[in-house]
Amino acid sequence: MLRLLIIATLLWALPAGAEKVVLGLSQDEVAITATFDGSSLLIFGAVKREEPLPQDSDLDVIITVSGPPGPLDIRRKERRMGIWVNTDSVHLLHAPSFYAVASTRPLDQILNMDDDQHHIISVDYVMTTVGPAHAAPELDVFTDALVRIRSEADLYQQHETGVALDQETLFRTSLDLPANLVEGIYSMRIFLVRDGAVVDRYDTTIEVHKVGMERWLYNLAHERPLAYGIMSLVIAIAAGWLASAAFRMFQR
Amino acid sequence: MQIYLPIAEVSVNAFLLLGLGGLVGVLSGMFGVGGGFLMTPLLFFIGIPPAVAVATEANQIVASSFSGVLAHFRRKTVDLRMGVVLLTGGLIGAALGVKVFALLKEMGQVDLLVKLCYVVFLGVIGGLMFVESLNSIRKARRVGAPAPRRRRAAWVQALPLKIKFRTSGLYISVIPPLLVGLFVGVLSAIMGVGGGFIMVPAMIYLLGMPTKVVVGTSLFQIIFVTGFSTLLHATTNYTVDVVLAVLLLVGGVIGAQIGTRIGTRMKAEQLRILLAGMVLLVCFKLGLDLLIEPSELYSIGTEGGH
Repeated sequence: MLRLLIIATLLWALPAGAEKVVLGLSQDEVAITATFDGSSLLIFGAVKREEPLPQDSDLDVIITVSGPPGPLDIRRKERRMGIWVNTDSVHLLHAPSFYAVASTRPLDQILNMDDDQHHIISVDYVMTTVGPAHAAPELDVFTDALVRIRSEADLYQQHETGVALDQETLFRTSLDLPANLVEGIYSMRIFLVRDGAVVDRYDTTIEVHKVGMERWLYNLAHERPLAYGIMSLVIAIAAGWLASAAFRMFQR
Repeated sequence: MQIYLPIAEVSVNAFLLLGLGGLVGVLSGMFGVGGGFLMTPLLFFIGIPPAVAVATEANQIVASSFSGVLAHFRRKTVDLRMGVVLLTGGLIGAALGVKVFALLKEMGQVDLLVKLCYVVFLGVIGGLMFVESLNSIRKARRVGAPAPRRRRAAWVQALPLKIKFRTSGLYISVIPPLLVGLFVGVLSAIMGVGGGFIMVPAMIYLLGMPTKVVVGTSLFQIIFVTGFSTLLHATTNYTVDVVLAVLLLVGGVIGAQIGTRIGTRMKAEQLRILLAGMVLLVCFKLGLDLLIEPSELYSIGTEGGH
């Protein structure tokens, strides 16, 4: 299990009256090796404040992790002449390959709609930014399907009580990254919320990339495809010959 | 043991892949089919992206076919001259097929057309083989004599450019085998299979080749056609996953050796009826998927997939 440890570094003086997320990343990458089977992302942090704790409202923390966005098509099947056929489809330009949102309490109890929309926090608002290539009827039906399918694959995650907050100061959460992770820069955001409004926001990134043999093969396949193709064929033929030779030896 | 595939970008169980490769390898050796028509749908099922499954499957078929053809070479059951003629047609067909595939992809219905292709071809060929083998088994039982010499289609005899195919004991025109090769090449590019399940019956029923040399010759041709598609996929789509291929082919080549030995101990009619049964089973399953309402009506396609 890989641990990404984010340690609070309570070093800087902050503007009076503000509550701030302060963090130091001890590790900011996820390495995909040959035996990569998903990993668990552990996120720690602390809230720095200059003034005494307000008594009339509760502090809540929301953490989001978003994978590199990319274009995709969502297709719908319909029965035509007795068989199920893809009919309508919607093309999206920037659907995130991964999106997880974890919070101390359900989002609708702690966050007002304006701030949700402004910071694009809940999956519903993320889906308004995915940008269909053309105005599509029933767009929401298609994006709902996208969320449903990706949620089942653990690519879109919602953890409504996933963040633990101690003494309104120390928070932590653990996110499970699935095995079929896309390479690239993942953006992480941490929000402090009071009375439905975001009082502070902290942005950082995590890099997910292949290493070792995985990296080498991927690069070869994309940079020198002919060499890679020939290598694949040579391996196939050698394996075929070897198996044949081995079986003849056994039979003698 | 989970292993991460660098091109497919998914993590799968290595033993599952070895097992699948072995199972399909046995069938490949027994029947002289590449096994792609079984393996490609199986790979979809375990979550490999379709584009990667099709391309990698081509690479894996090269290995199991090569392993199988060596055993046939030793028994002299490969008609090299026929193989080369079929191959010539096959390469032209594969290049054509890739063009057709791109065209279908633009029309946006490639998945459906691939599946319909499977259902129609598997259904027709499986049905014909099943009935024919059943008849010949019944006849052989009644008379107690070997099955009568199969008739060749009359028009095949009438064509020019005749060549002697000594291993097959045939003196026929090169045009029919060339066309068979071409047709199979097109289909193999569209359906992501070696095409043995079409070529084997075509060689037996259309060209009138003896069943004994059909399997080896088919394997010989498949090696080159799938090798060609592997290169084509690797250079145009970057979808050949060599780690996936190695896992499948380790299981596959061992399976193919076992299958070849089982195949030589069985009667030709039994072999054909088994292959027919298998073809019909896959056809039935694919047909059912088209007819029954899917539990998820929506699907997600990312760029580069088909």
